[in-house]
Amino acid sequence: MIDWTYSEGVYELTLATPPCNEIGTAMLADLRRFLDQIDRDAHTLILRSGLRQGFCAGADLRELYRGLSDAPKDQHGPQIRQFIDAIHGVMDDLDMLPLTTVGVVHGVCFGGGFELALTCDVLIAEKTARFCFPELRLGIIPGFGGIPRLRRDVGNGLIRDLLLSGRSINAKKALAAGLVSQVLASGEGITAARALAAQTAKFDKTAREAAKAFIKKLPKDELLAERELFVRLAEGPALLAALKRFVESTDLRPYLP
Amino acid sequence: MSTSLDTLIRLAAKRFGADPAQLRAEDDLFERLGIDSFQAVELISDVEDEFDVELPDYELQGIKTFAALAQKIDARR
Repeated sequence: MIDWTYSEGVYELTLATPPCNEIGTAMLADLRRFLDQIDRDAHTLILRSGLRQGFCAGADLRELYRGLSDAPKDQHGPQIRQFIDAIHGVMDDLDMLPLTTVGVVHGVCFGGGFELALTCDVLIAEKTARFCFPELRLGIIPGFGGIPRLRRDVGNGLIRDLLLSGRSINAKKALAAGLVSQVLASGEGITAARALAAQTAKFDKTAREAAKAFIKKLPKDELLAERELFVRLAEGPALLAALKRFVESTDLRPYLP
Repeated sequence: MSTSLDTLIRLAAKRFGADPAQLRAEDDLFERLGIDSFQAVELISDVEDEFDVELPDYELQGIKTFAALAQKIDARR
């Protein structure tokens, strides 16, 4: 589930789905519901996790496995496409909101969670934050728009390293790479985000929205290409086999890349 | 002078509220500390921060003991 509050132009959206805010159909529906009711006079959205474990561990792999293993094989493609279209709609809308969006990240920020964070205009990381694209281990690529969005911010060398090795990087490295713009001690991220929201409140709405529209574009062609590649790979046998291994694993540390 | 192993054990003990005197080089650090994957990620961040190194996750696969992790840290310093 997700919770949100709204006060004096500031939304605080808190992800709170144990174990670590895995993105499945319920989270997706909650995010869509949030987006559909947004007050266009708001100036700031703060996105964060209310769970100690981290920001978000990515897509809900257990739900994905259930959905695919229960469906006939010829339905896998349409099912994946339906989910990926819905998630792209939510991610693109978050990305292009006419508000200043601030992500506060701590702990695990993996896969789809990383991709969700990348929709934010400003990323504030607490020291514990770790960023990772583990998708190749599942026989797929990041499918929620992460690579095209990351390409807006950081160099291709680091993206290739992250994508092709699946390794995770810490907040300090993310700051050096320009992926996040502030690093704070544990528990201090929300204070910094609220201070930024208070600053944002002082700005003229038209100028603020124009500034964002000027500097932040949706990489439409790449997002479309990514979506097609993702669906093609996800229809293959590697994903289902990897999901089966994940779901059936008795390893206590399934999230370690 | 404190070795990487000493520092690692002190760091892990502090993070997870263990007694460093009870932790041994050849202990399985996951079992000994009773930590899950999320806590392991926290420990890796602590280690990178303390030693000013980067530890690619794929190099840590199969690493179970404090001693083995300390070796990986030294290789990256």
